[in-house]
Amino acid sequence: MAQVSGIADEQTSTPLSSSKSVTLRIARYNPEHDDTSQFMEFTVPYEKWTTVLEAILEVKKHFDHSVAVRYSCRQATCGSCGMIINGKPRLACFTKISELNSNVITVEPMNNFPIIRDLAVKFERLFDTHHKIKPYLIRDDSELESDAKEFLQSPQELEQYIQFANCIKCGLCNSACPTMATDSSFVGPQALAQAYRYVADSRDKGKDSRLKIIDDSHGIWRCHFAGSCSQVCPKGVDPAMGIQLLRGYLLGFRS
Amino acid sequence: MKVHYGTALAAVALVAVHILMRLTMGFAESLEYETVLANYKFIPYALMLELILILLSIHGFNGLRVILLELKQGRSYEKAVSYGCFVAMIGLIAYGSRTIIMTNMGMV
Repeated sequence: MAQVSGIADEQTSTPLSSSKSVTLRIARYNPEHDDTSQFMEFTVPYEKWTTVLEAILEVKKHFDHSVAVRYSCRQATCGSCGMIINGKPRLACFTKISELNSNVITVEPMNNFPIIRDLAVKFERLFDTHHKIKPYLIRDDSELESDAKEFLQSPQELEQYIQFANCIKCGLCNSACPTMATDSSFVGPQALAQAYRYVADSRDKGKDSRLKIIDDSHGIWRCHFAGSCSQVCPKGVDPAMGIQLLRGYLLGFRS
Repeated sequence: MKVHYGTALAAVALVAVHILMRLTMGFAESLEYETVLANYKFIPYALMLELILILLSIHGFNGLRVILLELKQGRSYEKAVSYGCFVAMIGLIAYGSRTIIMTNMGMV
């Protein structure tokens, strides 16, 4: 375990003048060389608005540039910087250090994802399952045809699925899901929530084919309704509810 | 999985009937040898007991199958678990039915 204190005098892009500091514990693991992950500790200054991602980037800039982390938009839109922060799956760019109420911040890669290195994980399974449920409108006609009319929806019809359209594919729900931890073939809460998003869309005509895909031995019935997926979603999507509503379609309570 | 839900609901209904019928007499009395034999020989009641046995066997072994499938995955493993649970279920139903059949054939 490495112990690094203080911060270099080098000018940062976002100067931190705070006297407050926090210990950032970062899980380090390279599957090509390491048998197990180890934690490295860094002392990082922070302001009340400093996010965990900014603290990690400070570490990369001043202490150890080899820390692997995936990020892009820094505003909870791209879904790249999901990780386990103090034991809970969160977006690093959407989690302020001050709101964690702790002098020690531990960051680890997301559970239920293969690790590329340190905090970066592989998203292949998430994208495969997302693609599997056909995440697009299925119908024979198109709005793009010259004589076609716009596919109109009432506000009530929009309300049926709109929260599920907020999914940013960050994978936090899959990381929190206990079934994902044991069933490597489980389709997962992210894909199931997206299946509901399209099944509930009044413009879509692909309900039967989608329900057939998820009505599988490793599909929707493997969900035990722990509800942890809904607790960790940074965009307020409720995958657990979507899964229950999808079950309603499969059991004939909804049409 | 609809089978799992269906068998659970049907079993709850039939087990409720079974318990209510046991309540028509004292609990100890209802378990006396002659009373049990009389129940087995009363065909409608014996059929209900047989149905409860089948429903609970399907529900129980399907539940066990699901637990085992969630613990480990793999084509051959999943096939073995599914067939294994099916065979065990048939075995349990056959063993449970044996008592009713033997009673009605005058073997006990």
